[in-house]
Amino acid sequence: MRLRQGQFSFLPDLTDDDIRTQAQYAIDNGWAVSVEYTDDPHPRNSYWEMWGHPMFDNPDAAAVVFEVNECRKEHGSKYIRVLAFDASAGWESIRMSFIVNRPAEEPGFRVVRQEGEGRKIRYTIESYAMREPEGARYA
Amino acid sequence: MLDNAKTVTDAKKRYSAGVMKYAQMGYWEPDYTPKDTDVIALFRITPQDGVDAVEAAAAVAGESSTATWTVVWTDRLTACDKYRAKAYRVDPVPNSEGEYFAYIAYDLDLFEGGSIANLTASIIGNVFGFKPLKALRLEDMRLPTAYVKTFQGPATGIVVERERLNVYGRPLLGATVKPKLGLSGRNYGRVVYEALKGGLDFTKDDENINSQPFMHWRDRFLYCMEAVNRASAATGEVKGTYLNVTAATMEEMYERAEFAKSLGSVIIMIDLVIGYTAIQSMAKWARDNDMILHLHRAGHSTYTRQRSHGVSFRVIAKWMRLAGVDHLHAGTVVGKLEGDPATTKGYYDIFREEYNPMALENGIFFDQDWASLNKMMPVASGGIHAGQMHQLLTYLGEDVVLQFGGGTIGHPHGIQAGATANRVALEAMVFARNAGRDIWNEGEDILRDAARTCTPLKQALDTWKDVTFDYASTDAPDFAPTPEVSM
Repeated sequence: MRLRQGQFSFLPDLTDDDIRTQAQYAIDNGWAVSVEYTDDPHPRNSYWEMWGHPMFDNPDAAAVVFEVNECRKEHGSKYIRVLAFDASAGWESIRMSFIVNRPAEEPGFRVVRQEGEGRKIRYTIESYAMREPEGARYA
Repeated sequence: MLDNAKTVTDAKKRYSAGVMKYAQMGYWEPDYTPKDTDVIALFRITPQDGVDAVEAAAAVAGESSTATWTVVWTDRLTACDKYRAKAYRVDPVPNSEGEYFAYIAYDLDLFEGGSIANLTASIIGNVFGFKPLKALRLEDMRLPTAYVKTFQGPATGIVVERERLNVYGRPLLGATVKPKLGLSGRNYGRVVYEALKGGLDFTKDDENINSQPFMHWRDRFLYCMEAVNRASAATGEVKGTYLNVTAATMEEMYERAEFAKSLGSVIIMIDLVIGYTAIQSMAKWARDNDMILHLHRAGHSTYTRQRSHGVSFRVIAKWMRLAGVDHLHAGTVVGKLEGDPATTKGYYDIFREEYNPMALENGIFFDQDWASLNKMMPVASGGIHAGQMHQLLTYLGEDVVLQFGGGTIGHPHGIQAGATANRVALEAMVFARNAGRDIWNEGEDILRDAARTCTPLKQALDTWKDVTFDYASTDAPDFAPTPEVSM
């Protein structure tokens, strides 16, 4: 399967130049860009690992591409995403999020059904990769 | 002889039994400056032939506040000057003979805090049937900060909705399940699964899907949640389906909402026809239960569409932001349902902005501060398709749910293909806009390029390439943009 999170997961994988233009759009809007990675792609995993702080005061998207590639060197077998944070009043959250790196194999998720009373079912979604301990997934 | 348009100040004359003009009773005060805490209403009034516009405006002020048809001495037991609404300005409507804009100010103490029912009982109560008027329309309202702060506002709001869904930087995508009536629960869930797996974020019950012989509500909820969870696992995304909990009684709605919650749904839905109090109750329930609340504006066109009579949708939008819904349909500009671009922009601004400055060209007559109330997500649905993506993104922006019902389910190669076509078109257009391309003019090229690696998109573009709905709007702003009003 292909993880469809983020703004551009239905498009072909982004090139470094694509990453640069999108990051520059964020910077031009006054948003701080940051790089995060994870080996737990559950749709409700809010907290991917931070590859350093959001790049406040960075005017040049080339620096974002540089950090993405640095992160790839260490975590190239995991998911890596680029985020843009907007600190303005009334938003104070994420404005952009797109995946820039994926594991070679994406095993996807399974649905676990717990049958309850009546026909009620409690659903749980589990990443197949999560059966391995942290660090050993997608290796 | 008393002046017809002047308040009678001599108490003895003012309160002698009998009938007098509303303006004489004190409902017309041309020198009045509204207080920051006043509620202001702007009415479009069409007086009967021979009825003076100022007297008609005073009558509207009177009938929507303290007055009755004759003088009553019991006024003198109250601070009646304070409680009388005051018409303070009457302007002829540009290019519309016999119609006038009447500005009326109401003291805040006339209203119970936090109650749309109470506000509307005054402002659109008896007054709309008042005989001396041929027609009456509530065009806009200014809601003072002190009053706004007495309302909960949207249960979730745009920002937290995005955080819960884990979707940023692009419009959300949805589709209403079709045919809207007749599918069994099992077949209905099939449509939900295909559409969500194909790339939509949401599917939606239609307004009149409640609990009918062909599909009772529990069946629908159970099959839909199976579909939602399967699609979520297939894509690794949070998915939702608006489970319509509209029912005959509050008890029944709460029961359905609780069931939706117990199945793990992120969103429920209600119809405007359940009424303002029921909407506020469900908004409170949604806030208490971490639920996104979608409102389908079923029925609104009965009173929003005609320019001379009724209530403008911009006023309904303001009331719904106070009442606390998260989603509300607001027009597409380019689709099959009513809405010219300038008027629709006014609605969207009311949904999404912290502060609305006066913008007559968009039908916004007052500065409106939303006092940090959450923002509402506008929903665009009705006759839109992937080929219009550049227009939709330009007109409607990023914080909107684009709902392609026919444009998903009617795809020649199936529902999943339809959903994928819409999602690819959307992502390609957002990508191009961010990369600095002129999507308004290059939109068709951008879509064609994206279709090169996406067959479903190519098929969608070929199927619907010539579909447009180009009819004159029945409700457009009265003011063209001019330097004075657009600065």
